[in-house]
Amino acid sequence: MNLLGEIREAIKGFYSLAVGMGVTGKYFFRPEVTVHYPRKTVDNVSTYSGHVELQPGKKNPDGADCIVCGTCVRNCPSGCLTLEVLELMEENPDLEKKPKKIKKLKALIYDYSYCSLCGQCIENCPVTALGFSQHVYWAEFDRKAIKMDLVARLKDQLNAKKEAM
Amino acid sequence: MSSLIQFISRLIPLELIHILIGLVAILAFIGVNGLVLVYVERKVAGFIQRRPGPFEVGPWGILQTLADAVKLMGKQLFSPSGGDRLLFWLAPMLAFAPLPLLFMTIPVGKNLVAFDANLGLILILAFSGLNVLALCFAGWGSYNKWSLLGAIRSVSQAVAYEIPMLLAVLAVTLTTGTLQLSAIVDAQGVWPWQWHFLTQPAGFIIYLICAFAETNRAPFDLPEAESELTAGFHTEYSGMGFGLFFLAEYSSMVVVSSVCTVLFLGGWKGPGPEILGFVWFFAKVYGLVLLMMWVRWTFPRVRFDQLLNISWRWLIPLSLFNLLYVAAVVKI
Amino acid sequence: MTTETLCGDFYTHCFQAEQDKEHEGRLIINMGPQHPSTHGVLRVIVEMEGEYISRAEPVIGYLHRMHEKMGEIKTYHQYMPNMGRVDYLHALAWNWAYIGAVEKLCQIEVPRRAEFIRVITCEMNRICSHLVWWGAYLLDLGAFTPIMYSFDDREQAVDLLQMITGSRLTYCYYRFGGVRTDINDAFIAGTRDFCKLMKSRLPMYKDLVTDNYILRKRCEEIGVLPLEMARRYGATGPVLRGSGQKYDVRRAEPYSVYPELDFEIPAFPEGDAMARYRVRVAEMEQSVRIIEQSLNMLPQGDFMAPKSPKRIKPPKGDVYFAVEGARGKIGVYIISDGSSTPYRLKLRSPSYSNLSLFAELAKGTLLADAVSILGSLDLVIPEIDR
Ligand code: SF4
Ligand code: SF4
Repeated sequence: MNLLGEIREAIKGFYSLAVGMGVTGKYFFRPEVTVHYPRKTVDNVSTYSGHVELQPGKKNPDGADCIVCGTCVRNCPSGCLTLEVLELMEENPDLEKKPKKIKKLKALIYDYSYCSLCGQCIENCPVTALGFSQHVYWAEFDRKAIKMDLVARLKDQLNAKKEAM
Repeated sequence: MSSLIQFISRLIPLELIHILIGLVAILAFIGVNGLVLVYVERKVAGFIQRRPGPFEVGPWGILQTLADAVKLMGKQLFSPSGGDRLLFWLAPMLAFAPLPLLFMTIPVGKNLVAFDANLGLILILAFSGLNVLALCFAGWGSYNKWSLLGAIRSVSQAVAYEIPMLLAVLAVTLTTGTLQLSAIVDAQGVWPWQWHFLTQPAGFIIYLICAFAETNRAPFDLPEAESELTAGFHTEYSGMGFGLFFLAEYSSMVVVSSVCTVLFLGGWKGPGPEILGFVWFFAKVYGLVLLMMWVRWTFPRVRFDQLLNISWRWLIPLSLFNLLYVAAVVKI
Repeated sequence: MTTETLCGDFYTHCFQAEQDKEHEGRLIINMGPQHPSTHGVLRVIVEMEGEYISRAEPVIGYLHRMHEKMGEIKTYHQYMPNMGRVDYLHALAWNWAYIGAVEKLCQIEVPRRAEFIRVITCEMNRICSHLVWWGAYLLDLGAFTPIMYSFDDREQAVDLLQMITGSRLTYCYYRFGGVRTDINDAFIAGTRDFCKLMKSRLPMYKDLVTDNYILRKRCEEIGVLPLEMARRYGATGPVLRGSGQKYDVRRAEPYSVYPELDFEIPAFPEGDAMARYRVRVAEMEQSVRIIEQSLNMLPQGDFMAPKSPKRIKPPKGDVYFAVEGARGKIGVYIISDGSSTPYRLKLRSPSYSNLSLFAELAKGTLLADAVSILGSLDLVIPEIDR
């Protein structure tokens, strides 16, 4: 390349740098776009799927609709759900027949630290008793602390709702 | 009381007291300046990138750098095993020690100068060269390959950029005929069109580019290019070892900006009463510092051979031409 | 010398042993696994002569999670969430590759609406991926600001994807025979706005970065990859297209509704880092085009095949299905023995082939250029290790 060409290129280069400075200079005066997290939160949390939770049932508003079938536990790829079942003998008015065994949900232990939020448990539940929560900002110091009983959580939630009403 | 002062002044020469007061003021200035500039830099970066910058500690986060400084001081100092401990710890001190001297000869306002040496410019150029030695020691003493590469880079970079810088400065001294900074300021008038950057635009631009390189600021921050050399020469430093390098970097930014102001932008001169000269001076200096920050947050880093090319192929010939041109102008 | 031979691990020793006699004593440096420019835990051992690299060798495996082995013990449904973790930047392409393979194996019909939803979301995810690359590449080259701008834009797209998939990074959205949730009007409106936004942002990217003299000097004629060499290593995606070959799975092995869509395959013949850069930026434009077209063509109907099976038990046989990811050809190969878990599952990740280029490409370049080349290959380390 001849000298003139090089000089022209250098000047062009300088010009391109000035254009770049113009861009950043312009943005210097634009308002900031970040959200100051602990004081403000983003407004689209409602669309986010947080951890899995039991939802208040349609048939059984004081608890979950869960029929203790175990499908969610079997389908979970990460093995983070465990069912604890309460087996009850149903009192049968007809004394001749044997009392029927019924299963009740005692606890559904959920280990959030293993969950991949894939939604398999939710999609496969026959009575749609499970759902994603909107509990997004959740941090703990101990991984044991994010293992919880979903039944107890639901109960707490329902109680809190009742108190609010 | 007055007799006491007379007594003391007979005991210690007045000049020495002057220097001592200046030194104390400068040391205080360096510390405060470091804190302020780090804060400003982070805010500038934040605004350019459309985020708030520091805002947690104190109102608008102004105490953030203070908290950082306390953290740095509280950190454990350790030297890498296998390294040369003497050089390793000498380096940050060597980077920091010449700084007060550099500030000494800079006229901040009329008669507001700690030590008005008639070879002030030489003093500054000579002592700022010590910085290279510090980086070199740091790189060698760290016993880390990345640090060593950073040190090598810094030496060749400094050598390459001293020359055009000196030539650009020389052109100014050619017109003023003195190396005394206050005299150089006096040679320039009150209004912007009487300043040297208009009579020697090439020299001004060359000096600015060299200033970026000399202070190792982006886009010429190769000795510490963190995407290539992790952190370059200060990879192994923690605590105040790192803090001193940091302080030195920000102070040398102010030094090169001050020299630039004195040489090309009329120093403390400006319209208005002379007593307000220092306002003008600081406005100009911090304007230049802001420019340096703005550039840093805009451009990618140049490559090492390109950096040297810019110096050897463009700046040195240009500054030689500039010198010739200025000499011709002076003669005519 | 004794201390030197004691330094380093197995790989360094091997690397050292291969050193020529005449070059003995050259500096051997580990770039990574915690080096800022390797984006994660890639490790490259380099032999340096001054600032020049005389030999380089990538060492991988620091992020191996046995995704392929996991495929053999999980049922077809259970393996789905794994796909979002292979390449977290273009998770939906991996989703698609796996889902598509199983659908092909079991011959599951996908409703047209679902296909369009897949195209829209996948292209959106591609833009996100390229935006992250764009920022990270410039970070490698020492510019700090672009990544903030690109993340600002990416955030808009991620918000939209979150609206329908529920997650922000590791999506698990496609299902056998459709997608998990339908898209709503808010999403469609938001996507149209996003397309407009991207169109207005791309010129700014050009001004700030593409035209920048310093950047051009850092990319042009750096890491020139001849087409023949790209073929030899099996490079795909923007890396191959940066060498001039117009190869794109969306056109070469058409799947879904891509044949109906009108888009171009950008390719640049120079083969340098700048060509790869330009390909990606041009691809963002094309993706915007695809999204706009698909939104216009979006039919009504089911988003999930009505007879989608709850349990998958494919017939015996094998299947290979490939999609075009942001980094190249993503392939999933499944051998089924008729049970509810695959007999073998093989993932073809583009980054793996693209990385293997690096050793040859970096030879004789400056250290800074090697960083630029590594960045221009757009590697995602979890995808390499799987
Ligand atoms: S979302 Fe997936 S990983 Fe989490 S509990 Fe449900 S099935 Fe298991
Ligand atoms: S799948 Fe649903 S009903 Fe069955 S155990 Fe789980 S939560 Fe209960």
